[in-house]
Amino acid sequence: MSTDSQWKNPVIRWVDDRLPIFTYLDHEYQQFPMPKNLNYFWNFGALASIVLVVMVVTGIMLAMQYTPHVDYAFDSVERIMRDVNYGWLLRYIHMNGGSMFFIVVYIHIFRGLYYGSYKAPRELLWMLGVAILLLMMATAFLGYVLPWGQMSYWGATVITKMFSAIPFIGDWIVTLLWGGFSVDNATLNRFFSLHYLMPFVLFGLVGMHVVALHVTKSNNPDGVEMNGPQDSVPFHPYFTAKDAVGTGFFLIFFAYFVFFAPNFFGEADNYIEANPLQTPPHIVPEWYFLPFYAILRSVTVDFWFISAKLMGVILMFGATMILFVLPWLDTSKVRSARYRPIYKFVFWIFLADCVMLGWVGGQLPEGIPLIMGQVGTVYYFAHFVIVLPVLGWIEKPLPLPTSISEPVTGGGGAVPGATAAKMEKP
Amino acid sequence: MADNPASADTDDEDAGRRDFLVLAATAMGAIGAASFVWPLIQSMNPSAEVLALSTTEVDLEPIESGQAITIVWQGKPVFVRRRTAAEIATAKKDDSADMRDPQTDAERAEKPEWLVLIGLCTHLGCIPLGQKATDPKGEYGGWFCPCHGSHYDTSGRIRRGPAPTNLPVPPYAYLEDNKILIG
Repeated sequence: MSTDSQWKNPVIRWVDDRLPIFTYLDHEYQQFPMPKNLNYFWNFGALASIVLVVMVVTGIMLAMQYTPHVDYAFDSVERIMRDVNYGWLLRYIHMNGGSMFFIVVYIHIFRGLYYGSYKAPRELLWMLGVAILLLMMATAFLGYVLPWGQMSYWGATVITKMFSAIPFIGDWIVTLLWGGFSVDNATLNRFFSLHYLMPFVLFGLVGMHVVALHVTKSNNPDGVEMNGPQDSVPFHPYFTAKDAVGTGFFLIFFAYFVFFAPNFFGEADNYIEANPLQTPPHIVPEWYFLPFYAILRSVTVDFWFISAKLMGVILMFGATMILFVLPWLDTSKVRSARYRPIYKFVFWIFLADCVMLGWVGGQLPEGIPLIMGQVGTVYYFAHFVIVLPVLGWIEKPLPLPTSISEPVTGGGGAVPGATAAKMEKP
Repeated sequence: MADNPASADTDDEDAGRRDFLVLAATAMGAIGAASFVWPLIQSMNPSAEVLALSTTEVDLEPIESGQAITIVWQGKPVFVRRRTAAEIATAKKDDSADMRDPQTDAERAEKPEWLVLIGLCTHLGCIPLGQKATDPKGEYGGWFCPCHGSHYDTSGRIRRGPAPTNLPVPPYAYLEDNKILIG
């Protein structure tokens, strides 16, 4: 049993000698070294975990009022809106929370893309993040089905039907997912169960994501590793405070939509109860799926023995799957786009391509939007399989700073004694 | 938690400003968190459609002397017993008996013939037996709770067992001679 405990409070010491929770917290947050040059783009991980907690908490409260049965689901959501105390607030927080989650996570992802946060030694950190994204998408989809509106029903039909594109066993899988011959009560029932389960799996993945981050430490806008204590500040209080500032602004943004534009991100058709005999003429997925939806619809011709249907599904899933291998597709040794003049340009083209695909996803797949979608899809994949590998060879990076401190002090060495000494003390 | 080394060398004139900012931010954070938790908790309280006023009318006409009926009011069983003269006499005689929750029969029944009670044992909420002719009525001829053995007399007063108080009388009023409104 350790007797050299740093804790003076006898209760804390007693607990800590048996379960070193306080030592762990102290080590991972009080003393955890963060690069001192992080900008506000490094807030979005904390924001994402806050949204996850908000979603779980409001979701559990909503589950106390919701009925996962086709005859009651739609009405039970309306009852939440009308009769349950603050039910409208819980529902709007949860509903807009989904959009907030994706806004925050997409910024988080593009931050990683810009500053090369997926490169060695952070590949596994990145891959865990991609797994989180996939699970988030699945969770959001399952949740969208629950109110049993028109979009719920037809979204559920379309997304589950994607599996029917798989040769030979596709139809069998679809029947298995549905629990019947069409999307019906059995489907709604199991989607409710899984929508409750998934966030806790997400918690597990987020835990691993954080552990991986704490092993490799945070990347930073310069993309050079920390050389020593002069390059870092402890997580607490410096980044707890900075995260709190970001959280404040983010919650104002979130609250604006909840209170003043709660249906801004939603589709009006989901206020019509599900009708298995009529697909609404304007069926559009939630905005955060639009780029992937555009890719799915862009494939209109068969490729040899692969049908257009199957190819669309492959490319749509491939659009996220390719992120898993991104660390090995980007051959450049330089992390941050700050020191990669061509990549910096290419990054914005890629971002614009994603935004364009999102826009295309909201249009009817005809004429100009269809062509834009096809060009956008080709470029999306070309960015990963052609542009990034080639850039690593042909690009001449700008000179990298020798340390995180250098751009400020003009030299890579120690910073004025007082500050450095103070950092080393704890 | 370990002391924060940075706070040690703060200038004196800055300290007040910083303390103010920290306090103000923490207070706002606490108020914000509380105002998020409040609706979460409130959502578990009875919703509007449950709160919608619940009253129940009972027609006493068909109830014979010595008979009892159970009706539902706000999800709870309500006992209505048309007592026999003997039962009324026993109840009045026992007014002076040693009881855990002393009450006279007159306080409990507006018209002695009609006893109206909420049929939930005051111990842990089971429904006492004694409504049906075949039910055990307990040692005092009223009701007997099978869960933990509480005995109630012909006025629904607790006489033996762990229950702390008499069976409560719900608010009710006579609409006509033979019709009451509970609630």
